[in-house]
Order: sequence, then C-alpha cells, then structure tokens
Amino acid sequence: MTGVLEGLGLGGASVGGGWSGVLVLLAGAALLVAGLCVLVRAVVGPTVLDRVVALDALVVVLVAAFGLQAAVTRSTATLPVLVVLALVGFVGSVSVARFAAKETR
Amino acid sequence: MSGGAVGAVLDVLAGLCLGAGVLLALVAALGVLRLPDVLTRLHAAAKPQALGVVLVAVGVGLAVRTPTAIGVVALVVVFQLVTAPVAAHMVGRAAYRTGKVRRDLLLVDELSDLEGGEAPEGGLPDGCTVHDAEPAPGAPRADHEEPRRA
Repeated sequence: MTGVLEGLGLGGASVGGGWSGVLVLLAGAALLVAGLCVLVRAVVGPTVLDRVVALDALVVVLVAAFGLQAAVTRSTATLPVLVVLALVGFVGSVSVARFAAKETR
Repeated sequence: MSGGAVGAVLDVLAGLCLGAGVLLALVAALGVLRLPDVLTRLHAAAKPQALGVVLVAVGVGLAVRTPTAIGVVALVVVFQLVTAPVAAHMVGRAAYRTGKVRRDLLLVDELSDLEGGEAPEGGLPDGCTVHDAEPAPGAPRADHEEPRRA
C-alpha cells in the first residue's frame, strides 16, 4: 500500500498518522463513485435543467478532489483552480437557467 | 510547519473535515442520480455546494497552514456561499416556469396563483390555502418579463 502511495507521490505527507494512506484512497474512491453517478445523471437527465444540476454537483466533486489533493500533498499549486471552479460553475448554471426560461416561451 | 503535537491535532481535524466534505459530495451525487424530479435533485445537489465546500476548504486550510492557502480558501468559501443559492434559485425558478416540475410530487404549490400555473388536481391539502395576495408591484411576472438591456 505504501509503495503504491509513494509511486503516486502521496506517501510522504500523512494526513494524521499511519492510517492516512488507506483513508486517502477511500476518499478518492468515494469521489470517483460520486463523479460517476453525477455523470450518469448528466448524460441521462431528461431535461436541460437536470443536466445543469448534475454539472453543479460535478463541480462540487471536483472542488472536493482538488482540495483533497492540495491537503494531501500540502501544496498551494492547485488552489486557484478552486476559485475558478466556484466562479465558472455559477456563471454556467445561471446562463443555462436563463436560456431554459426563455426557450419555451 | 507540520510536526509536533499541534500539527498532529490539526492534521486529524483536517482529515475529519475533508472526510465529511467528501461524504457529503457522495451523498449529493447519489441523490442527483436517484431522485425523481428536477426540484428534488436540486434539493440534493445544493447541500454540498454550501456545506461540503466549506468543510473541504476548512480541511485544506488546516492541512496546508500557509497564509496564501488560507486566503485563497476563504475566497473560495465566500464565492461559493454567495453564488450557490443564486444559481439554485434560478434553476428552480426556470424549472417551475417551464413546467418541468412533477406536480404529483408537490404537496403545496404556493406559486400556483402567482405565476400562472394550474392548481393541483383534487384541491389543496387540509390546512393549506392558496393565499390570494396580489404580486407585489414591480415583482417580475412570468409572462411580462422583458429582457433588460442597457
């Protein structure tokens, strides 16, 4: 397990002791499952607004993933991505919501 | 920067915050996948947009512990807390006005007399009345909304 983590560059920084490797992998797996569920809804979702809601949830999953990466590696390199994601997700969902409101008129 | 008893305690707190944020994101994703309606999916997806992002941001701030990281993360929290309710409100309003709401799942529809929607079949549930208030002057109506251009 630690060999895998060292290979991924995650081994050196522990989040709280010897259990960090397993917990980081569990959190990553949870985020992977969450992202897949949200993507299924974004592809299937019968209306445009379902897809907007799903993509907003995908933005949250991405923020959690980037935050996890920044915390595990203790680097600030990817933190501006969080700011950009927070702003761009808002602009996208609001503009699509406006478009959907005008569409059926 | 890290190391020592204080660092270990902060690391444990950071791990707890990150784990809670990740679990919130997972629950929201399951809700978005499983729930039957635009409004219910919005209900599920809007929770971690505020609380989950705050938890992840607190976790990152506790784990990295530099002024730059804390400042950037606070900026993310402020942006998200300002924009997420606005986005959710606009998506819900668009869903209602374009008729993409499943009315058989609604218990109370307080907008039915204000926005031109039809009343639910079988009348309202006991104890609920359609309030006959006029829309406030200047309030946007669904059928009178003009695009505002400068």
